[in-house]
Amino acid sequence: MTTRIDTRFAELKKAGRAAFVTFVMAGDPDPATSLEIIKALPKAGADVIELGMPFTDPMADGPSIQAAGLRALKAGMTLKKTLDLVRGFRKDDNATPIVLMGYYNPIYIYGVDKFLGDAKSAGIDGLIIVDLPPEEDDELCLPAMKAGLNFIRLATPTTDDKRLPAVLANTSGFVYYVSIAGITGAAEADANAVGDAVARIKRHTKLPICVGFGIRTPEAARAIAEKANGSVVGTALVDALKNSLDAEGRATAKTVNAVAELTAALAQGVKGAQQAAE
Amino acid sequence: MNVAKPNSYRSGPDERGHFGIFGGRFVAETLMPLILDLEKAYTEAKVDPAFQIEMNGYLKNYVGRPSPLYFAERLTEHLGGAKIYLKREELNHTGSHKVNNVLGQIMLARRMGKKRIIAETGAGQHGVATATLCARFGLECIVYMGAVDVERQQPNVIRMEMLGATVIPVQSGTRTLKDAMNEALRDWVTNVHNTFYCIGTVAGPHPYPTLVRDFQSIIGNETKVQMQEIEGRLPDSLVACIGGGSNAMGLFHPFLDDSTVEIFGVEAAGHGLTQLHAASIAGGRPGVLHGNRTYLLMDADGQIQDAHSISAGLDYPGIGPEHSWLHEIGRVNYLSATDDEALAAFQLLSKLEGIIPALEPAHAIAKVMELAPKRTKDHLMVVNLSGRGDKDVPQVGDILRGKSK
Repeated sequence: MTTRIDTRFAELKKAGRAAFVTFVMAGDPDPATSLEIIKALPKAGADVIELGMPFTDPMADGPSIQAAGLRALKAGMTLKKTLDLVRGFRKDDNATPIVLMGYYNPIYIYGVDKFLGDAKSAGIDGLIIVDLPPEEDDELCLPAMKAGLNFIRLATPTTDDKRLPAVLANTSGFVYYVSIAGITGAAEADANAVGDAVARIKRHTKLPICVGFGIRTPEAARAIAEKANGSVVGTALVDALKNSLDAEGRATAKTVNAVAELTAALAQGVKGAQQAAE
Repeated sequence: MNVAKPNSYRSGPDERGHFGIFGGRFVAETLMPLILDLEKAYTEAKVDPAFQIEMNGYLKNYVGRPSPLYFAERLTEHLGGAKIYLKREELNHTGSHKVNNVLGQIMLARRMGKKRIIAETGAGQHGVATATLCARFGLECIVYMGAVDVERQQPNVIRMEMLGATVIPVQSGTRTLKDAMNEALRDWVTNVHNTFYCIGTVAGPHPYPTLVRDFQSIIGNETKVQMQEIEGRLPDSLVACIGGGSNAMGLFHPFLDDSTVEIFGVEAAGHGLTQLHAASIAGGRPGVLHGNRTYLLMDADGQIQDAHSISAGLDYPGIGPEHSWLHEIGRVNYLSATDDEALAAFQLLSKLEGIIPALEPAHAIAKVMELAPKRTKDHLMVVNLSGRGDKDVPQVGDILRGKSK
């Protein structure tokens, strides 16, 4: 079955350019502003939206994304409201793929089958669940595939050739290559090392490969987009949002624009990239 | 002839690390290859006689094992029921049971060629044990500790620093053990190539709950032998406190298939089970955190809730997955004791036996005060005295003088 993600990557391939994938936290800094932000992302040049599901204990995220999740939770965000947010977005946009990214516990508590049904009907296309490795595929990955959602797996610098087939086996939509061994927003991605890793993964799969972690600037996004099928930026956008808030952490008139402007600049970077020959 | 294998409570987990629905390996992909390496290294070490011989040497001559099984005569007289024995884990080098597990893990780390050790700690006992063995073997040691715990467990922070460890106060979240564990996992993800994560309890991704249990099972194995020597039979009941639950699992595990032995785990009920507490089984439900599925304190949306206990070592919103399983199948009875009950037990044991317990096992003593009088005089009850109270003396002193609460 063809999903919005498949369609989007097919279009990008035809246009000969890489994808620009944005990450923002659902409900940050409050549900209403968050909806405005995700509506603004495609207009500013985002090709795929990763929407963070807030969680109290995001073990693989850095301080920026952890703080964003806590802001959202403080503003009353829940998994149910995250799905509502996507429903709101889908009223105006039926093309931009939305991928939920987060940790398993809120989904487990929501109930896997109920969650998959609700997520699909809300207009969600894929899932990236950081703490579900292939060893735990029975939990969510296999049911998600059955429900018609892409389950996007992370591959990392520690995922060697021996392990890659297991990681790729039930992956669909795209592969998310984590450019550094580390948490979000920490070290800077090295485009050359990323290029080697992408080439290595491409020997095992035909899926598009998007690269994230450690990409903050239009130049960096461009350098990565020359080596991969997409650049993912999260922490820099979350930081731009945070810097627009008032002293109490509430949204201001600048908040939506702060995210949209950086998105536009990063998208320009990605669109300027020369795609490496396949 | 094929003989049906008897049902056993001791055979878990399965090859994927599951105890019933609990356990598992819920971690980021970056860590998976490392966890699989660790599992392989442990599987090989377990059957390597050289590993066992080396470990037994250190257990005897460095840790000071076996720890005594002491008949608490005055406590027994005072409570007027069961004969109470204390398994004296507080007499181990570094002052608690933690050293048993750390020794095992540090020896594994050395086998695996890892030079940098990270750990998380609540009360600081696991941190002190890790810092101690890192000093002994010349390894770099980083200990993550919640900023709140750094404040309330100063003596242990100073000890760790004297032993050459770097203590990093964690400012995120509730600034207690849960957040220290998050930070340790973040460090591990970042420094995965050269770092060994020495987990302090029977929790985390498989194989940690198993290997920590195995290293701690020396407590129960010794108890079995010692009770046989003293009384000529098995004990009738076992009592131990539970945060993550490693001292309890260490005592319980060798007895799980002895059906005559009643087993009690004591969680921290903090201010009471309807208020702030750390009793994951009494007040939580199954969820997924820190690499395993287990009972957790959380809200209706699956967000992890703050735990509270007077004892920094029990102040954690989860419990080891094997305990969750033992609870669900009904083999172990899980009870809870409040801060006030633990304080009363702390004072009682100090005054009657001349043994100042840590606040953690004071929770177990608190339930012994309830259970022992209801048992007959020939009932043999073993309490795991998992740690000594030196670290808690300033905190309890302040409370008793009415300075803080």
